[in-house]
Amino acid sequence: MGFFRGMLNLDRRIIFILIAGAVVVPLFIPFHLKMHPTPASQGLYNAVEKLPEGSTVIISGEYDPGTAPEIQPMMIGALKHCFRKGIKVILMGLWPQGPALEGQALQEVFKEKEFKEMNLQYGKDYVNLGYKAGGAVVIQSMGTSIPATFPTDMAGTPIEKLPLMKGIRNFNDITFVLDFSAGDPGTPAWVMFAHDRFHVPMAAGCTAVSAPMLYPYLQTKQLSGLLGGLKGAADYEWLTKSSGTGIRYMPSQSIAHLVIVIFIIIGNIAFFVVRKGEKR
Amino acid sequence: MRREIPLFITAITGVVFIIAYFIPHPPFNQIQDLFQTWFQIIAAFAIILGVLNLMVVNGDKVYRRSKGWGYSVIIILSFLVMAGIGTFKLGSKASPLEEGTPFMYLFYNVYYPLTSTVFALLAFFVASASFRAFRARNKEAALLLTAAFFVMLGRVPIGDYLTSWIPLKWLHLSTIANWIMAYPNMAAQRAIMIGIALGIISTSLRLILGIERSYLGGD
Amino acid sequence: MSTDIGVWIAAFLTLGILSFLYKDNPFYKVSESIFIGVSAAYWFVYMIYNVIEPNLLGNLQKGEWWYAVAGILGVMMLFRLIPKIGWLSRWAVAFMIGTGAGLNFIVYLQSNVMKQIRGTLAPLNSIGNIMMIVGVITGLIYFFFSAEHKGLLGGAAKVGIWFIMVSFGASFGYTVMARISLLIGRMHFLFSDWLGLLH
Repeated sequence: MGFFRGMLNLDRRIIFILIAGAVVVPLFIPFHLKMHPTPASQGLYNAVEKLPEGSTVIISGEYDPGTAPEIQPMMIGALKHCFRKGIKVILMGLWPQGPALEGQALQEVFKEKEFKEMNLQYGKDYVNLGYKAGGAVVIQSMGTSIPATFPTDMAGTPIEKLPLMKGIRNFNDITFVLDFSAGDPGTPAWVMFAHDRFHVPMAAGCTAVSAPMLYPYLQTKQLSGLLGGLKGAADYEWLTKSSGTGIRYMPSQSIAHLVIVIFIIIGNIAFFVVRKGEKR
Repeated sequence: MRREIPLFITAITGVVFIIAYFIPHPPFNQIQDLFQTWFQIIAAFAIILGVLNLMVVNGDKVYRRSKGWGYSVIIILSFLVMAGIGTFKLGSKASPLEEGTPFMYLFYNVYYPLTSTVFALLAFFVASASFRAFRARNKEAALLLTAAFFVMLGRVPIGDYLTSWIPLKWLHLSTIANWIMAYPNMAAQRAIMIGIALGIISTSLRLILGIERSYLGGD
Repeated sequence: MSTDIGVWIAAFLTLGILSFLYKDNPFYKVSESIFIGVSAAYWFVYMIYNVIEPNLLGNLQKGEWWYAVAGILGVMMLFRLIPKIGWLSRWAVAFMIGTGAGLNFIVYLQSNVMKQIRGTLAPLNSIGNIMMIVGVITGLIYFFFSAEHKGLLGGAAKVGIWFIMVSFGASFGYTVMARISLLIGRMHFLFSDWLGLLH
């Protein structure tokens, strides 16, 4: 009884140390884990896989450094997947931090020999249009005119000077949209405007926090697929046979989940034992 | 005048967007296009207003020497340094937003670690809350806990290792987690989604008709 | 261990925020204040160079004078900071509210009501589909407050809350996943980029 009462009053700093240990130790002792991609992750992979060579895809980033550990591996995975398939990529973001992180993701991709050797050129194979304020209204505006919405790219180069953007008027010239979002404005806005209003097929990746609320869009096929959190990123890396932080972090993620489940079980046992004792 | 003109502006812009949806032809679509491009610019000014307001509030704290004014000085100084470097393109040729500029250096080495660590802190508090507050006190809480258990373990590879010995695949943790997400979770999220959407639709109508005026504030 | 001064600054600030776990302290407060200041600066600079410069000034330079209206409304928005003429900012706010209301009115009806109802009308050929239909209907009943939740309505609302609880449980599970992922990212930075103990 005293033991369980003590458990209930455990100093929270002990819990902090345990959770830090659960995260850090597997980073030092990594072990291989086999992925079983979720149907939602598989849906996104299949949708991109089906795109023909030379397609033009918009990849939008609505995330910031606070959510980058979850979203950045998805972004890197999507860039690799598109480049391997010879798909032209238009990067943009509805959060001001998005385009900067997309730039960082590009740097990560080009560090790899396979992509360095592709000799992909900015302006021809990929562009970064940067950020625009206005959330959903930006997407609505792109439906009318992408050049009017983005007169220049992120660095200020007029859009007409970018060969990739020649002939791109609005969503009619876009094959697919991939949205990687950590909140609002984000995937719901893309679904409502790009998919439902302008009929561009799309898929998304999101932080784990927002994944459950996007499932209704999967069932209605408003989203072709969905990567939810770091597990979604790991699934995508597994499916595209790439290495990245998604798979790299999965042992830590697994052990930390296990530790939290144990916390919940111990907390509940202690709670019920103490309550039963008090009733007596 | 102070209330009538804003109400008129709200009604006109709202109606233009609704009409343009059903009649996407001139002049409605043209007005809609114009309004959309204006919106983006005004939205940027709204964000700038937020930033400037933050500086005014902190400036006021310093002026009045309120409690913790020293931290307000740090807020203002760090803003001035980064905003100054960015706005005046210090150390950058064309745009401060290009890789390798001093502005982006501050982004990666100051802004990036601070934002990500603030969010990472929450992991410790989630763990602590799991231990201290997550109790199966009644039937509803037990349901919540059970679903959380399956999703937490079923959404990481270790869940499969724990149950892979079971011959029936539908008893594997990942299969159960997939089912929870795709059916009961999806159904409840859809009910919430429809409920929120109906609320937004009715609020939008009230705004356009001028019934809802709280956004105008006092006097 | 890293020899890059930028990495050291980043590590120092990371530890500053993490020090909150022990207790609230000046090191944390200073880091937090820098965070607020640089965040505001980042947004400010992005608005100038990614929106105001290309979309407003760029168009005005091309002689598209209609954009001046947006510029004027934008400046009126900033009048909010001057109490005497603060009421003028309402014009800009009204424009934004009107645009949002006009757009939301249609798209929410189309995407989050009609399409969702259509998606729910699935054949009753699996336990999953039956669960979905029952869950959506009873969930909606739970949110229906125009009649007292008793009798059949009360029973349905009770079933609705069970579905909502399962969904909240799933959300909790996913929230744990999210927060842990962010912590892994930070720990990886400290032990790999800064201390060089991981590869």
